Amino acid sequence: MTRIDPGSAEAVAVLVSRLLSGETRALAKAITKVECGEAGAAALLAAIQPHLGHATVLGITGPPGVGKSTLIDALIAELRCRGKRVGVLAVDPSSPVSGGAILGDRVRMARHTGDAGVFVRSLASRGHLGGLFRTAWGVIQVMDAAGPDYILLETVGTGQSEVEICDYAHANLVLCAPGLGDDIQAIKSGILEIADILVVNKADQPNAATTVSQLQGMLGLRSAAASGVSVVTTTASTGEGLPALADLIEAIARDRTTPAGRRRGSRGARRALANAAGDRVRERALQAEDSSPIDALCERFARGEIALDAAAAELVRLVADGEDGGE
Amino acid sequence: MSSPGLQGGRPAKVLVTKIGFDGHDRGSRIVAAFLRDAGMEVVYTGPWQTVENVVNLALQEDVDVIGISSLATDHLIVPKLMEALKTAGLGHIAVVVGGIVPDSEVGLLTDAGVAYVFHPGASRDQIVNTISGLAANARASA
Ligand SMILES: Nc1nc2c(ncn2[C@@H]2O[C@H](COP(=O)(O)OP(=O)(O)OP(=O)(O)O)[C@@H](O)[C@H]2O)c(=O)[nH]1
Ligand SMILES: [Mg+2]
Repeated sequence: MTRIDPGSAEAVAVLVSRLLSGETRALAKAITKVECGEAGAAALLAAIQPHLGHATVLGITGPPGVGKSTLIDALIAELRCRGKRVGVLAVDPSSPVSGGAILGDRVRMARHTGDAGVFVRSLASRGHLGGLFRTAWGVIQVMDAAGPDYILLETVGTGQSEVEICDYAHANLVLCAPGLGDDIQAIKSGILEIADILVVNKADQPNAATTVSQLQGMLGLRSAAASGVSVVTTTASTGEGLPALADLIEAIARDRTTPAGRRRGSRGARRALANAAGDRVRERALQAEDSSPIDALCERFARGEIALDAAAAELVRLVADGEDGGE
Repeated sequence: MSSPGLQGGRPAKVLVTKIGFDGHDRGSRIVAAFLRDAGMEVVYTGPWQTVENVVNLALQEDVDVIGISSLATDHLIVPKLMEALKTAGLGHIAVVVGGIVPDSEVGLLTDAGVAYVFHPGASRDQIVNTISGLAANARASA
């Protein structure tokens, strides 16, 4: 059997047409190509640009174990009842030591595995900070090109640093569980700001009502911009509260056609670029070889011979020089 | 810090699962942790998968290797899985079986295309090295 180079222009064109026609294997391969920056990834992304924009993208974030995956499972069930097609990107953390990862989110979504209207992909953060992975923006576009009505993005559950999803998603669901003071604390320290819908999950447990009123109190203290935030309660494990949540989500999908809705969806590219550049600089600094110019800069900084701001500017310049040098 | 995923390639991606009726998944959890600690990305699903589900999981996740853990007679379903993978255009994926497989039945599995059968007591190194080698081959022939 003769093999054509999978990164070649012809191979990418074939993959794109299979992707656009809804072939599952093509979607899976295209995601891998873009996720890993394989040959042909840029050409693939360029080719799908005219076919983007159908899907409504929802970020789903919150502390570990709060029920993000279980809520996605319940939301898939509800949206499928309404005839919607759903794509899921579920991110789990990579081990900083080995680089490996156990991707377990879809254990909770097992009942949808055989449904042709649902596509779930598990991804590892691979050292990227911010709750997603470095190439998330492109992978969301690939999923969008395959035609689902909704894309659900489950972040790594740190509860604090997932602010980047607010630029990738049309709306963000922030989950918390009742009666855990820590959760409220985590939400206070950052992610409350990105919530379009605050979900108090595990409403079957005591103190859900207290948590709701605490959150409403916190929202009341914030600026007028926060006034559009909804607070809902769910029991993801039984599906309780899901119809009301799905109603809110469908309203957000309809709103995307308003000018404000369109603006919101267009910030992702800027965020993706800033992230990718930041990751690149970080990797170069952390992996610089002994007595390379970057290593020498780090030594000077460690000895206090150069100030942080100046050293950072110098680092960016050195990284750029290295790229020119075509390593 | 080793970060093979950041070099343009990707770490080996392995689906660790159980088919059939046996629900003991302790062995597969241990293997999943071995593979993670060796730098691989492991999609973990828990027990009781059907053949159709394993094919769908492998398809959506674009894995290089499927590891099936079998304690009872679940491995007897594996030849059906091999057929179903081929039909789905996933013949490049390497399938390994681990657990209690009687010697007399190993041939049945390898004849069906199973790449490797691990017996109880297989060492961590043996598991990790075999699977990472199979993953590299599967990637090259995808
Ligand atoms: N009682 C109760 N338990 C729930 C509910 N939703 C989820 N759980 C349980 O909470 C546990 C964690 O759920 P997951 O969906 O895995 O949580 P997660 O936020 O995705 O976790 P990570 O991905 O590890 O951050 C599981 O045991 C679920 O069954 C709920 O509404 N009520
Ligand atoms: Mg989860």
